Amino acid sequence: MRPSPVRRVWAMMYRHLALYRASWPRLLELAYWPVLQMLIWGFTASFVAARVGTSAGTVAAAALLGGVLLWEVALRSQMGVAISFMEEVWSRNLGHIFVSPIRPWELVAALLGMSVIRMLGGVLPAIGIAYLLYAFNLFALGPILVLFFANLMVMGWWVALGVVSLILRHGAGAEALAWSVLFALTPFAAVFYPVAVLPRVMRAVAFVVPASHVFEGMRAALLHGVVRWDQLAAAILLNAAWTAAAGLLFARQLRQARVRGALLSMGE
Amino acid sequence: MDAIRVEGLTKRYGDVLAVDAIEFGVPPGETVGLLGGNGAGKTTTIALLLGLLIPTAGRIVVLGHDMATDRFAALARMNFSSPYVALPNRLTVAQNLRVYGHLYGVRHLERRILGLAEELDMTSFLHRPAGQLSAGQKTRVSLAKALINHPEVLLLDEPTASLDPDTGDWVRTWLERYRDETGCTILLASHNMAEVERLCSEVLVMKRGRIVDRGSPAALLARYGREDLEEVFLDIARDRRAARAEAPV
Repeated sequence: MRPSPVRRVWAMMYRHLALYRASWPRLLELAYWPVLQMLIWGFTASFVAARVGTSAGTVAAAALLGGVLLWEVALRSQMGVAISFMEEVWSRNLGHIFVSPIRPWELVAALLGMSVIRMLGGVLPAIGIAYLLYAFNLFALGPILVLFFANLMVMGWWVALGVVSLILRHGAGAEALAWSVLFALTPFAAVFYPVAVLPRVMRAVAFVVPASHVFEGMRAALLHGVVRWDQLAAAILLNAAWTAAAGLLFARQLRQARVRGALLSMGE
Repeated sequence: MDAIRVEGLTKRYGDVLAVDAIEFGVPPGETVGLLGGNGAGKTTTIALLLGLLIPTAGRIVVLGHDMATDRFAALARMNFSSPYVALPNRLTVAQNLRVYGHLYGVRHLERRILGLAEELDMTSFLHRPAGQLSAGQKTRVSLAKALINHPEVLLLDEPTASLDPDTGDWVRTWLERYRDETGCTILLASHNMAEVERLCSEVLVMKRGRIVDRGSPAALLARYGREDLEEVFLDIARDRRAARAEAPV
């Protein structure tokens, strides 16, 4: 018997997919918030565009809708990892998982795989609603959209690894972070406004948040039709640095959990 | 070569010494019992053997693999069951076994699941969520999970805790048969004396993190001049060994 890494990653993804197959409320929950956000902000943007009545109003509305949709990519990616990990904590299953031959990186790979599925399950319906109700086609951004998506997903992932590390350190008491932590970064992510409008101190923080560079790039593409490679390069470099830091933190906290015996006792 | 070899194993949590420099070996195919009261260090020892805990000092070798440097190779060949570590409640029994079958790389997995369901009398609830099962049914599912990969070493932490006598006896009979048929090495932590007496060829008696006595059940009974292991356990728990040794026979 020679267990393969792919099979172990699939085992952990199957564990979560089986939950979704058995529960329509869980499936509905995937798309609930992204769709709700799109409905609220979509009608708001339409109203503003109609009142302004110029092409500038239409472009501003498009930037708002693009911001809502792309920020959901980061949010859903982060929650996809953190909530999938919390499922193991809630079911007190970590003890069984960590005495199986699964390596920590394989567990992380499974969490990332589930994050992609959860993100697409939430964001694709919202993209469809934006197109059907407001005639906003996110794919009109062109191939560069793939890089925007990828950078925001990776940002969601390293934030989630940080959250998982805190849960390993502080137990289920830290679970509120699984939902809330990325909202705290929203003001610095420049989702709906340029970084330039922020006070100097906040600008310094925004500079190290990869999402702020992605959204500057998105606005440049939507408003001026140009690709800001400098912004994308900054986002990629920042994501690489933060991912390395989060990976080290996760490895350290997992080891500390094995020192403290937290893997056996962690639960609801 | 022992299937399990433990040398100078120590686990300290701050000022608390949970396991204190214990040494033991379990020969292949044998069943060894870890006997002790609450807080004696049995569960901590099992967790150390599984790599769930990092020891403060000492060395563990399972099936020739050093758990400090090569634990994944050992983990693929061993398994574990405990009523205190749950399986996901919302997954069905079959889905839970499928998850662990994939994790352990089990070949012909569906056939293995059906075989275990038959052997452990789980066919009637194979497709029910694990959370809807009785304690006895959960114990059987936990055993099935522990056996899914045909383990060469099986660690059992109080496998019959909270079971009625009939179900407990059924589990013990089943474990005896499995061990005799497969040659599996079993380390059993329990404070059920009858269980330890029946299943184990050697008993390690733990108290406050240390192994305070060891031997076959018969040897322990003879040494303490007692009729059953429960009396031996009480002698050790209440420090009556010295008194008994000095008492005129």
